[in-house]
Amino acid sequence: MARARVLIRPKEGILDPQGKAVERALPALGFEGIGHVRIGRMVELEADDAERLPELCEKLLANPLIEDFEIESIDGGG
Amino acid sequence: MRWGVLQFPGSCDERDALHACGLSGEARLVWHEERDLSGVEAVVVPGGFSYGDYLRAGAIARFSPAMEAVAELAAGGGPVLGICNGFQVLCEAGLLPGALLLNQELRFVCRQVELVDDAGERLSIPVKHGEGRYWAPQPMLDEIEAKGQVAFRYAPGQNPNGSARDIAGVVNEAGNVLGLMPHPEHAVDPLTGSTDGLRVFESIARSLA
Repeated sequence: MARARVLIRPKEGILDPQGKAVERALPALGFEGIGHVRIGRMVELEADDAERLPELCEKLLANPLIEDFEIESIDGGG
Repeated sequence: MRWGVLQFPGSCDERDALHACGLSGEARLVWHEERDLSGVEAVVVPGGFSYGDYLRAGAIARFSPAMEAVAELAAGGGPVLGICNGFQVLCEAGLLPGALLLNQELRFVCRQVELVDDAGERLSIPVKHGEGRYWAPQPMLDEIEAKGQVAFRYAPGQNPNGSARDIAGVVNEAGNVLGLMPHPEHAVDPLTGSTDGLRVFESIARSLA
């Protein structure tokens, strides 16, 4: 059993309005000098066969047209 | 014309779509677990929040048995109309180019908009969505424009969501799969202000006549 974490983020160059909204809110809270905020998703899962994770990401977890993904193993497994 | 209107858990516009289709033929609902579309000549993938829109709008619905049957119908040249969430499902399924992203202003928009179709005619049809910003890489946008695949644009100044090049609806290369964010099925009766949506259903019905 392999435990993995999949990070999914909007591709560079695609407007991320959620990130922009967070960025605009920061100065009002006293956080200056923070920029390029991008918001994505994180999925944790357990897989019997970690070899198939990239395919799973391309077909379902991410939309490769608009998102990049990264697979990290957790606990050194997989 | 015999229409089938898909129904997913979380669909919410299938009844209006059924009514609109019924004005230009017969129509029945097709439950998402149905794999058999026999007797159905054209399909509507309706609006709503299929499977709760979990993960990404349309991402899970594309794997339903009914969508497998829709892909086969489309491959055989059968007309398929995806409205709003249905448009998102067709893009996720790879039956249409591009993707729909969160609205630029992050607000759910619900209002009447003017559209311009590929013949330059105007239609007044409502939109209601939070994720309707049409996006594709520049080369893909150039390609679909060059191939005449932009079916509808928001009229100048009326783009409600930041869609690339004001695109509101696209067709596939073969011309038999159409997806759009605005809701023609909500504009088929004078009671609700406009009957321009009827033209969308009638033109699909005519294509098979």
